[in-house]
Amino acid sequence: MKVVSSIIEFKHVNKYYGKLHALKDINLKIEEGQVVSIIGPSGSGKSTLIRTMNGLEPINSGQLIVTGYDLANRKTNINKIRKNVGMVFQHFNLYNNHTVLENITLAPKIVLKRPDAENKKIAMELLERVGMADKADSYPRQLSGGQEQRVAIARSLAMRPKVILFDEPTSALDPEMIQDVLDIMKYVADQGITMVVVTHEMGFARKVSNRLIFFDQGHILEDRDPVEFFKHPDTDRARQFLSKIISKD
Amino acid sequence: MWQILTGYWSEFITGFGNTILCSLIAMFFSLILGVFFALLEVAPPKIGRAIAHIYIEIFCNIPLLVITMIFYLIIPQFWVKVSGFTAGTIGLALYTSAFIAETVRSGINSVGDGQMEGALSNGMTYVQAMRYVILPQAIRIVIPPLGNQMITLIKNSSVLAFVAGFDLMYQGDIVAFSSFQTIETYVIVGVFYLGLTLPLSYYMRHLEKRLA
Repeated sequence: MKVVSSIIEFKHVNKYYGKLHALKDINLKIEEGQVVSIIGPSGSGKSTLIRTMNGLEPINSGQLIVTGYDLANRKTNINKIRKNVGMVFQHFNLYNNHTVLENITLAPKIVLKRPDAENKKIAMELLERVGMADKADSYPRQLSGGQEQRVAIARSLAMRPKVILFDEPTSALDPEMIQDVLDIMKYVADQGITMVVVTHEMGFARKVSNRLIFFDQGHILEDRDPVEFFKHPDTDRARQFLSKIISKD
Repeated sequence: MWQILTGYWSEFITGFGNTILCSLIAMFFSLILGVFFALLEVAPPKIGRAIAHIYIEIFCNIPLLVITMIFYLIIPQFWVKVSGFTAGTIGLALYTSAFIAETVRSGINSVGDGQMEGALSNGMTYVQAMRYVILPQAIRIVIPPLGNQMITLIKNSSVLAFVAGFDLMYQGDIVAFSSFQTIETYVIVGVFYLGLTLPLSYYMRHLEKRLA
């Protein structure tokens, strides 16, 4: 059953790992085309939050409606959501047994049943876009982390998703690789694709995203315009967090 | 020794043939059962995991000889009579399948959760992710240990001797008792087993190098 609503909507969502209450009564609406950065200390639950959005982590109570389907409803076919919601991981998770080109064409072929010629054309265009066309026939193990992540973003884009979730996409990269990946993410944002980004890149959060969520201990503490947030955090917890980050630079 | 070999040639060849036949049948069924229970054990449904777990624990932890005896002596009392060859082959297949299941399961697990999460997030179903991403990688990991399982299976097929399965070991016993040349006979039996296991072992090593 399809429900008209925001592209992602949390209604009183709770999530537990055993006794640990990882997500505490989350209420959140993300609208189409928004670029939302989620920042916060490690262990705060921000990765858990983003992983519930495509059902990688099941929720324990509440409603979670993504692209019109309720993830909390057991009858929902989760693959309908995942066709429209891509994900980019900290450790890339490219298919090690497939070439770069096959990584991009595999899901469109077997999930969307798109013809091979079209898949190849789309894949090569995307590889060109992310600067990886010359590596089309390489295997993931032959690439650097930054290159792998660029391919992983292309893999997500090939499904023509409405939403892409980024779970710390630059955290495992060498510093000089980070900017390339951020530039591609900026390009994704410019395409009008809804993005949710768990990140430690404050530059990206401030400049590219148009909404910022500060997350701590399973709660959304702040949900605001990024520029305003970095100028004047509302909560002590956020001030504390930012002072640590900035003193590190 | 040569006289024993030529004098009892047909006994040895019968045994050798039965050992090969039993091994091939047991390999076939143990691979199918082993892969099936491995998939059951890694799949999300808890009931499937429990069933696979019980199966594997039972057949891994009872001696092969006991399993074979159960099929040879106990099943016929309640159901149908089975020959020693059949009972031994069934026992061998079930026993080996439990070890194969454990081998394949660890191969699948060593591929890593990231590959599955990547595939699922890309829109694939669990079955598609297994087929196109996880299993092709798991097979490469699992082939060397599976080769060892197959070699062990051939050697374990000598369990047929205990239930009159007419395999190489059983025929060797017959030759030894009737010729009284025990040492020579068992040396010949050993060489016959080597004739099966050594080529397999070398082939496995070759395959391992090619996959690495």
